[in-house]
Amino acid sequence: MEEKYAITVDDLTVAYNYKPVLWDIDLAIPEGVLMAIVGPNGAGKSTLIKSILGIIKPIAGSVKIFGKPYSKQHKEVAYVPQKGSVDWDFPTTALDVVMMGTYGSLGWIKRPGQKEKKASLEALEKVGMLSFKSRQISQLSGGQQQRIFLARALVQNASIYLMDEPFQGVDATTERAIINILKELRKAGKTLIVVHHDLQTVPEYFDWVTFLNVKKIATGPVKDIFNDGNLTKTYGINYKVSVQE
Amino acid sequence: MSSAQIEIQLIASLVAIACAIPGTFLVLRKMAMISDAISHSILPGLVVGFFLTEDLNSPWLILLAAITGVITVIMVEFIQKTGLVKKDTAIGLVFPALFSIGVILIAKNANDVHLDVDAVLLGELAFAPFDRVLMNGMDLGAKSLWVIGIIVTVTVILLVTFFKELKISTFDKQLAATLGFSPLVLHYGLMSVASITTVGAFDAVGAILVVALMIAPAAIAYLLTNNLKKMLVIAVIAGVSSSIGGYWVAHYLDASIAGSMTTVLGLLFLLVYLFAPNKGLVAVLFRQKRQQAEVHLLTFMLHLQNHSEESERHINHLREHINWGKIQSKTVLDLALKNNMIVISDDIISLTEKGKGFTEKAIDYITTNSTVAIEKMKEDFFLFRG
Repeated sequence: MEEKYAITVDDLTVAYNYKPVLWDIDLAIPEGVLMAIVGPNGAGKSTLIKSILGIIKPIAGSVKIFGKPYSKQHKEVAYVPQKGSVDWDFPTTALDVVMMGTYGSLGWIKRPGQKEKKASLEALEKVGMLSFKSRQISQLSGGQQQRIFLARALVQNASIYLMDEPFQGVDATTERAIINILKELRKAGKTLIVVHHDLQTVPEYFDWVTFLNVKKIATGPVKDIFNDGNLTKTYGINYKVSVQE
Repeated sequence: MSSAQIEIQLIASLVAIACAIPGTFLVLRKMAMISDAISHSILPGLVVGFFLTEDLNSPWLILLAAITGVITVIMVEFIQKTGLVKKDTAIGLVFPALFSIGVILIAKNANDVHLDVDAVLLGELAFAPFDRVLMNGMDLGAKSLWVIGIIVTVTVILLVTFFKELKISTFDKQLAATLGFSPLVLHYGLMSVASITTVGAFDAVGAILVVALMIAPAAIAYLLTNNLKKMLVIAVIAGVSSSIGGYWVAHYLDASIAGSMTTVLGLLFLLVYLFAPNKGLVAVLFRQKRQQAEVHLLTFMLHLQNHSEESERHINHLREHINWGKIQSKTVLDLALKNNMIVISDDIISLTEKGKGFTEKAIDYITTNSTVAIEKMKEDFFLFRG
C-alpha cells in the first residue's frame, strides 16, 4: 500500500541575497509522525518551516500539504512561531492570544463567539495556563508565553503542527508539559514537525528525524538514522556559505 | 458659545477621533514615523488637486492627496526592500522630496491659488466655519464638518468590521498570513485610512500637527491600559479632550488653535508619562527601587541561612562583612523585621520560620528557574511580580 504523506517537499531551494539557505531539498513526511528537524545554526531549519507555510517564497521547488498547495490547505496546518517573533508588550491577554487561533476557521469579518471562547479556555487548561487567562502577556514568563503559543495552535484543530523551537528558553516543567502534549497529539493521528536544538532528547521525544544543513542530510525513523554518522555529516563539516537566519 | 465656536470644537473633536484610531495601530506596529511621512508628502497631491478642483474639501482632492500618501508608503518600502538604505533613512528621503515639490508648486502659483504654506503646515481651524454646505439655499453646516464626519464614520465602520483582522495582523503578521488574512491587504488598508484621515485633518490642523494627533493619543493610551479595545477608547478620549481643551486655551491666549491643541496634548502625555499607574516613569522607578531593596533583603537572608555561627550573624557584621553602608543595612534590617523574616536578640540576627521558608522558596526558584516556583514567590514578594 502506498504510504500517505502529510507534507511533500520537492527540489526546494531558498536563497537570501544570492546565498542559498536551503538547497534542493526533497522531503516526504509521512502522516502521524512526531519529527524533529535538527542541524547547526544557519542550517535553514526555520526557513524550511516558513517555506512550507508559504511565508518565504522559494526560488525553486514546491511544497504540497496532503497533495495540494498550502494556499488551499491552510486550515490543516497550525504554526507555532519562535517566541521572539512577536512583541509581548502588545496590549492583550493570554486568552485573547489563544483565541486568535480560532480566527482562521472564522474567516474574514465574523467575530469569535462563545464556541471559540470555550475552545480557547479548554486549550489553556490543556497547557496548564487556565489560571493565567486574564493576565497581560508581558507579565508571563518565557515558558508560559511558549505554552500560550502552543494553546493557540491547539485551538486551530489542525492535522499538521509546525513548531519553531518550542523548547527555546523554557524551564524543565514547561518542556515536559509541552512534550506530553505533542505525544498526545501524535497519538490522535496528528503530524508534528518540530525544530529542535537539544540533540540528547531527540531519541526520547521524537520518532522521526530530519538532519538538515542547507542540504538535507538524512530523514527517517530515529531508531534507524539517528547515529554518529549522520550527526557528523550534519554538524562536523563547516559549510563555506555563511547564511543569515 | 456661538455656533461657530461649537462647530470648530466639533470639527476638532472629529479630527481627533479620526486620527486616534489609525494612530493606535501605527504606534503598535512601530510605524509612528510613517504618519509624519504621509502628512508631508500628501502636499503635492493636495496642490494638484486644488488646481483641478479649486476646493480644499472636494472628494477628488482628498482622494488624490490620499493616493499620494499611499504612494509614499510604497516608495519607502520599495527603497527599504532593496537593502541599500535603512527604513528610517528611506522615510527621511521620500517625504521631504515630495513635500518640497508641493512647496514649489504653491510658490509658483501663489498668485492664482488661495493656498499658502502657513495654512498647509498649521491649518486654519478658525476659518473652517466660513465654508458652508448649501442645499436649495439651506445651510447644512460647515464643509469641513461634513468631510471629517464622513471620514470618521467610515473609519469607525472599518474598525468595527475588521477589528479582529487588524489585531491579529498587528500582533503576529506571520500567524495572520498562515490563517489566510493577508497582512499586505490589511497593511495597505490601514495606510489608506491613515492617508485619507491625514488629508481630512490637514485642513483643520495642518501637516505637522496631524502627526501629533495620530501618535500622542495612542502613546498616552498605551501607557494606561493593557487592552487593545480600551487603548482605542482612551486614545479617542485623550484626543478629543485635548482638542476641546486646546480650543479654549487658544481662545483665552488668542493663539493658534492647532498649536494650543497640540500643546495640551503634549502636556497630557507628559502627565501620563510621569504618573501612569503601572507604566509611568514614577511607578517604574519606584518599582526598581523596591526590587533593589528586595534583592538586598534576599542576599541578606541567604547569608543568614548559610551561616549558623553567631559571629556571622552579629548585627555589626552586616556592615563590616557584607560591605553595606549604614543606611542600606538599616533599610534591609527594617524591611526584614517588618515582614517578620528575622528576629534580633542580643544583636544576633536569626531567621524566623517564615524567613526560613521564604529563603528556601527563593533558592528553589533561583536554582530551578521554574515557573511554578516563581508563582509561589509572587504571593509575598514584590520582586518576582515583574
